[in-house]
Amino acid sequence: MTDILMPALSPTMEEGVLAKWHIKVGDVVSAGDVIAEIETDKATMEVEAVDEGEVLEILVAEGSEGVKVNTPIARLAGDDAAPAPKKAEAAPAAEAPKEAPKAEAPKAETKAAPAPVAPSGERIFASPLARRLAAMAGLDLKAIKGTGPHGRIVKRDVEAAQASGGATASAPAAAAAAPAAAKATTSLAQLGIPDGTYDLVPLDGMRKAIARRLVDSVNNVPHFPLFIDVELDALMEARAQLNKMLEPRGIKVSVNDFVIKAAAMALKAVPEANASYTPEGIAMHHNADVSMAVAIDGGLITPIIRKAETKGLAQIATESKDLAKRARERKLKPEEFQGGTFSVSNLGMFGIKQFTSIINEPQGCIMSVGAGEQRPVVKDGQLAVATVMTVTLTCDHRVVDGAVGARFLQAFKPLLENPLSMLA
Amino acid sequence: MSDFDLVVIGSGPGGYVAAIRASQLGLKVAIVERENLGGICLNWGCIPTKALLKSGEKFESLSHLKEYGLSASGASFDFDAIIQRSRGVAKQLNQGVGFLMKKNKIEVIEGTAKLEKGSAAPKVVVTLNKGGEKVLNAKNVMLAVGARARALPQIGLEADGDKIWAYRDALAPKTLPKTFVVIGSGAIGIEFASFYRALGAEVTVVEAIDRIMPVEDEEVSKAAQKGFEKRGIKFKTGAKVTKVTKSAKGVLVAIEVGGKAETLEAEVCISAVGITANTDGIGLEALGVELDRGHIKTDSHCQTNVKGLYAIGDCAGAPWLAHKASHEGIHAAEHIAGFATPNVNSPIAGCTYAQPQVASVGVTEQGAREAKREVKIGRFPFRVNGKAIASGETEGFVKVIFDAKTGALIGAHMIGHEVTEMIQGYVTAITMEATEEDIHGIVYPHPTMSEAMHEAALDAYGRVIHI
Repeated sequence: MTDILMPALSPTMEEGVLAKWHIKVGDVVSAGDVIAEIETDKATMEVEAVDEGEVLEILVAEGSEGVKVNTPIARLAGDDAAPAPKKAEAAPAAEAPKEAPKAEAPKAETKAAPAPVAPSGERIFASPLARRLAAMAGLDLKAIKGTGPHGRIVKRDVEAAQASGGATASAPAAAAAAPAAAKATTSLAQLGIPDGTYDLVPLDGMRKAIARRLVDSVNNVPHFPLFIDVELDALMEARAQLNKMLEPRGIKVSVNDFVIKAAAMALKAVPEANASYTPEGIAMHHNADVSMAVAIDGGLITPIIRKAETKGLAQIATESKDLAKRARERKLKPEEFQGGTFSVSNLGMFGIKQFTSIINEPQGCIMSVGAGEQRPVVKDGQLAVATVMTVTLTCDHRVVDGAVGARFLQAFKPLLENPLSMLA
Repeated sequence: MSDFDLVVIGSGPGGYVAAIRASQLGLKVAIVERENLGGICLNWGCIPTKALLKSGEKFESLSHLKEYGLSASGASFDFDAIIQRSRGVAKQLNQGVGFLMKKNKIEVIEGTAKLEKGSAAPKVVVTLNKGGEKVLNAKNVMLAVGARARALPQIGLEADGDKIWAYRDALAPKTLPKTFVVIGSGAIGIEFASFYRALGAEVTVVEAIDRIMPVEDEEVSKAAQKGFEKRGIKFKTGAKVTKVTKSAKGVLVAIEVGGKAETLEAEVCISAVGITANTDGIGLEALGVELDRGHIKTDSHCQTNVKGLYAIGDCAGAPWLAHKASHEGIHAAEHIAGFATPNVNSPIAGCTYAQPQVASVGVTEQGAREAKREVKIGRFPFRVNGKAIASGETEGFVKVIFDAKTGALIGAHMIGHEVTEMIQGYVTAITMEATEEDIHGIVYPHPTMSEAMHEAALDAYGRVIHI
């Protein structure tokens, strides 16, 4: 008798959604078989069986949320004849092990995808590198034609599939749902949009997570926005000078890097804005861990500049560039995008003048940054031209009241308008 | 009407292997050879040099007997017997190829081939060694005509078999000269330098690039030079040869090092400055066969731009290695027989059988950096490997290069005792597209020097055990 436990997909994961079972009672699994899909906030990962044996019991139903790490989720027959513990006992006993993983222990996200099991139960032959490349690119090996010995999938096949994009470029979860794509949703037909007038793109883990989290946020959080205009002329000048100095180091500081730095400093000045509402109390965060929204194919992700208040612009620039790059390659580790205390979303590059964002729970605020543009301003009673951008702070009224948000923006604005003050 | 499905021109390790594979696949095959079956490799290259080097290595090992608690006196060698052994080895293998041709029902035609316009493929006109001419019509023709030592007549570097030797002269000299200048520090130059030095000759190797064995990883180059210098070989690197002239005593080699002129004198100069493809005199121009920097241009199935004409091995470009020729020959034969293998690219290892040996496959660290690839590099020295210590063979190290993003093994570089026998482990790993996880998971037998291969791969990921 062996219990299969809810796995930790990252060092910080405490619970997850059991998105899908690939096994049912009576199935015989062997080590390496994909038995389930587990979803965390931003990723869906396949879970492989470690032991082998017949599935005796499924202890957690498909779709269950908040399944704690190390909770038994299924039971396999083994050579151990001990009676099975009752379900009720097993669940609360589980606790996430706090042991830090070894530095170079294989990490979930870099581990080669397990051999997917075709519907017939046949093993898919693919080289180790091909498996890893497919996993990194979110490609389904089942949809790739192998050209290696005996039709083995090799690197060039994954590269070809990646280059051709399209049908094969779907996450494993999406591919599993692919047959459903041919069908239409009943909800749209009821609303007068007939079948055949649209293509249905299956929901992948990221899309589901975005949908769930943002609907929750809108429903749970009393949002309100505050707007402020920030003049950027001094900042643009300082940025030009700084980038000239940093050029030999190959570093280029963006306006957004300044925004992250200024926001972090303002959060230190007005710590009430760096807070999270919890039923037990308001969590006042010690560090300004700034999440930056990065658009990626098929969604967005918010990698974090940790302790941004302690970091110089060059370092923030370097980190943000690296994080954005790896975000687009879908190579962030869960701890790199989970657990920020404040978010910055910037649509300035698209020419958006101003916008409000939905709060990234449990954060207290999210800042929306518009485009810097030349606008007429009145200075000393005279009409003048200045580079101005509009910044919106959307606040969770449960933790950040209007006056607190306003004080935060009051601290934030002068930092950007007189960038030298960031040195103080 | 075709007499053959395939006519292979040249019976070196590319040609004869291709002929056998084609015959296995049911094709009717003929092979044309103007000299010896087995080509340069068996008769005047890979094999006879290994025979010489083994004699040199065994002789050198006698001077280390004391380290193993042994003693012997009156160690000496018979140069003529060493050469005769090497020739005997070549002869044995040459006869072996003859046997393989017969076994596989491949018609061997001794003569020199020339191509002319044909229908399905070019017509092969053979001037027979025994006199007369034979015309072969085939559905496919495969050029496996190899290459020869490059001569540089503009500086007087042309082998004469007397004072200036090419590999062929160096393999069967009548007497053993006392002093050598070897021009070129690639595998061929280094192997001859190593052999003649082992027999006690004074050897100076001249290399135009600023480091020896320029195709190898820089760290290996450096270690190799140290190892050879320890054995008494002298090096002139970054040295441009300006003139080679014969003198009363032997030969004068004028060089320029860092703008300063210098002259080296020796009884014999060995020219090892690369190779020239044997593309002349076989009618390629008239057929319009495309060349690329002196080599026959081929696609990923070894096809030339002329219908029905394939080219493999040295004549079709670098690396100029027998195993690359064999691999291409097999691929081309399978392509002719209608197999759809995707392409011919596989990692090709390079081996140098000097003391110490050098073996490598894939990219060098410099190559990876120039290509701006993010890499993870691991190293492991033999001096802390148990088997190496027990064997008294602690010279050298293993270095591996992984792609940092994907964990794919992309390069391996080894220097030390019998590393040429070990490199295939990494070749297998690269060919099968192993990642670091796979190599880390392999159980290497203990005690073997191959454990250093495991340790180097572990080291690249900060997991090395024995350092």
